[in-house]
Amino acid sequence: MFETITKPWPWYTAGLIIGLIVPTLLILGNKHFGISSNLRHICAACFPSNIPFFKYDWKKESWNLFFIGGILVGGIISTQYLSSPDPVIIHPDLAKDLTQFGITDFSGLVPAQLFSFESLFTLRGLIMMVGGGFLVGFGTRYAGGCTSGHAIMGLSNLQWPSLVATICFMIGGFLMTNLILPYILAL
Amino acid sequence: MKTKQEETDFEVRSLDSMCVNESELVHPWWYNFKYAAVGVIFGVVFIKAEIISWFRIQEMFKLQSFHMYGVIGTAVVVGAISVFLIKKLKVKTIHGEEITFTNKKFNKGQIYGGLIFGLGWAITGACPGPLFAQLGSGALAIIVVIVSAIAGTWVYGKFRDQLPH
Repeated sequence: MFETITKPWPWYTAGLIIGLIVPTLLILGNKHFGISSNLRHICAACFPSNIPFFKYDWKKESWNLFFIGGILVGGIISTQYLSSPDPVIIHPDLAKDLTQFGITDFSGLVPAQLFSFESLFTLRGLIMMVGGGFLVGFGTRYAGGCTSGHAIMGLSNLQWPSLVATICFMIGGFLMTNLILPYILAL
Repeated sequence: MKTKQEETDFEVRSLDSMCVNESELVHPWWYNFKYAAVGVIFGVVFIKAEIISWFRIQEMFKLQSFHMYGVIGTAVVVGAISVFLIKKLKVKTIHGEEITFTNKKFNKGQIYGGLIFGLGWAITGACPGPLFAQLGSGALAIIVVIVSAIAGTWVYGKFRDQLPH
């Protein structure tokens, strides 16, 4: 039984639980599933700088900050107590592609050769960590949501603007992984 | 009574996914721990289903794996059935409040912002939620990505009026 939990979970289990988060948040307190708004709440709480976009009562949205606090704790719990000893399985073609760029360590969920404090002092690491993070923060707010707010909550509520956003997320991702990222990884 | 100030704010906020239909009831702050509990479950799923894996995201955008499509697809189907049932059966919250939905208004930000976020998603291998689970999993350097994402949101807020919407 415990082994079933520690092994990587199949997509349908994960999809089912994530899907059920939508009604759970609604029933617990009429809250709409969405995560990227937290980045805005943090700006509003810490650096509002008199910008109208950040002048609102972020404390009213603090449930969302508790939610991401929970995600952080969930990450700690599953890594400490529920982790699987088996290596992560990577598609052989992806492994081959990445080896060309000197990425050979596939042991973690986050490749340490790309995302670490040491790699921050390389051009490649700087672009990927600082540049990538910036695009995530800027893009999600510009789009008015991320994978949770648009792709899951928005589509669940049959909102066509969310479908447009989701399609654009995918187009951006395909462009980056297939056309632009190889040049960044080669740096 | 709503003041004009608040109404303007509502308009700004209605562009976002965050709750515009906030609760009328005022609860003690520690009631928020129920959302933290849901977050813990979400965080565990993120790690155990390898959703926060940079490699899984690359496989998704290289069409080498069905995993992420399966996760998101199943979540949308389950979410849509749940929302349909909540509307149909007029389900109330545990505090007896009505559950409300807001329609999202289309603006060009969903296209431009969506594309920009997609580029960032493929570089970092994470959307905003997984970033926090990655940090929890011990990849401490992800704090740099999170701080940068907060900076990105701040810059968007700063130049929001000059951007096409």
